[in-house]
Amino acid sequence: MTSFTDSAAMALHLIFSLDPGLMAIVARSLWVSVCATAIACALGLVLGAVLGVARFAGRGALLALLNTFLAVPSVVVGLVVYLLLSRSGPLGFLGWLFSFKAMVLAQALLVLPVVTALTRQVVEDAEGLHGEQLQSLGARALLRSLLLAWDERYALLTVLLAAFGRAISEVGAVMIVGGNIDGFTRVMTTAIALETSKGDLPLALGLGLVLLLMVLLLNAALSLLRRRREQEEGVATALPRLELSV
Amino acid sequence: MSPVFALDQAAICFGTGARTLHALSELSLQIVQGERVALIGANGCGKSTLLRLLHGLLRPSSGVLRRDESLGQAMVFQRPYLMRTTAQNNVALGLWLRGKPWSKACLLAQDALLSVGMAEHALRPARKLSGGQQQRVALARAWALQPRVLLLDEPTSSLDPHAKREVEALIQHIALHDPAMTLVFASHNLGQVKRLASRVVYLEQGRVLADLPVQEFFASGALASRYPQAHSFVKGDLV
Repeated sequence: MTSFTDSAAMALHLIFSLDPGLMAIVARSLWVSVCATAIACALGLVLGAVLGVARFAGRGALLALLNTFLAVPSVVVGLVVYLLLSRSGPLGFLGWLFSFKAMVLAQALLVLPVVTALTRQVVEDAEGLHGEQLQSLGARALLRSLLLAWDERYALLTVLLAAFGRAISEVGAVMIVGGNIDGFTRVMTTAIALETSKGDLPLALGLGLVLLLMVLLLNAALSLLRRRREQEEGVATALPRLELSV
Repeated sequence: MSPVFALDQAAICFGTGARTLHALSELSLQIVQGERVALIGANGCGKSTLLRLLHGLLRPSSGVLRRDESLGQAMVFQRPYLMRTTAQNNVALGLWLRGKPWSKACLLAQDALLSVGMAEHALRPARKLSGGQQQRVALARAWALQPRVLLLDEPTSSLDPHAKREVEALIQHIALHDPAMTLVFASHNLGQVKRLASRVVYLEQGRVLADLPVQEFFASGALASRYPQAHSFVKGDLV
């Protein structure tokens, strides 16, 4: 077996030589996660904002369910999407199983509760502080939720980055619904799992380093956002202190 | 003259059961057009709750509130909420929410900011303005709506003395500009009450204990004999 230092050296070589195989996997991973995050945010930001302001019977139960979904393991999401998309499943007619679309769907479902729950919390806090004043100007619940979400956009950008971090670093769901097909549905996390099991440590390590770099960049972006908001308002920020992890 | 507000045995309760908090109890009050009513009393006596009730942000738990719906209302809060955008957009937002097209709202917002001496700050981020300037933007936002009734919840209490004088002068200007405008404001500043109000309502534990014209209220003999609690509150404040 290749030693760790040899593997690390080869991994760095793969990265700096922009190895086509490694770059293709990285690009596919990014594209899947960007698409999934975009879909989840389009739905989750609006849903979370409305949940943050609206009061209705059964809201507590809905929030409890939403918070439960936060803890659902990615393999369970993968399994559900697999069952939905399998030939005998309700969405089998789409023919999406083991495709890029299936991976996007699985990741979107995985991060949708994250976006919704965090948005709900941010907007609910803002509603508690400022909702009454917007109400006094004539903003009804739906409009108020959207205005508050817009006003909390820096905090919600943090939510977006957190969602992307969760999407790109998950392995279970895309493995099940994508099938880890070389050149087709192989993404960074599934490739790392496969190459490690095969003993091809340089590629696995190279992908791992790229993944770490991405999370590092996301955390740097979060810090920049926080600093920008502090500068803009001249006060300590109330941005949620999220740190992303692989 | 028909009242702008008529409260009949109105009460506001928060919570239920043993934890019920009676913010306002059996409150009966009438306010007619053009009055300048000051609500005074210790912290937690129900001033802000009463203003919220009058503005329609709260509904009475019991009793009746009649409001003249034909008169436009606006409310300014102790700490104004200005969104993360320019001062002008903040003023325009209030107009837009009342149905004005955005372009028209922006033009009217410019006029409103000009009238409160904030024209040169119109395009500055609202949250970068000082406390006094933010309160002036909030007043411009309220004034732009051309309300016939203006409710102010301790509009100067979080400001430094200079800003306090500026904002108070502005409120006086607004009140003088339209003598038919009804002004209801909560304040801890009795000097301000003397300068702005025509009538004083003293609240204690959610009840009206004294309701007098301003000169009568501050004539200590009359107050001491008829409303000893209000008198001791005023006396305490003036010590």
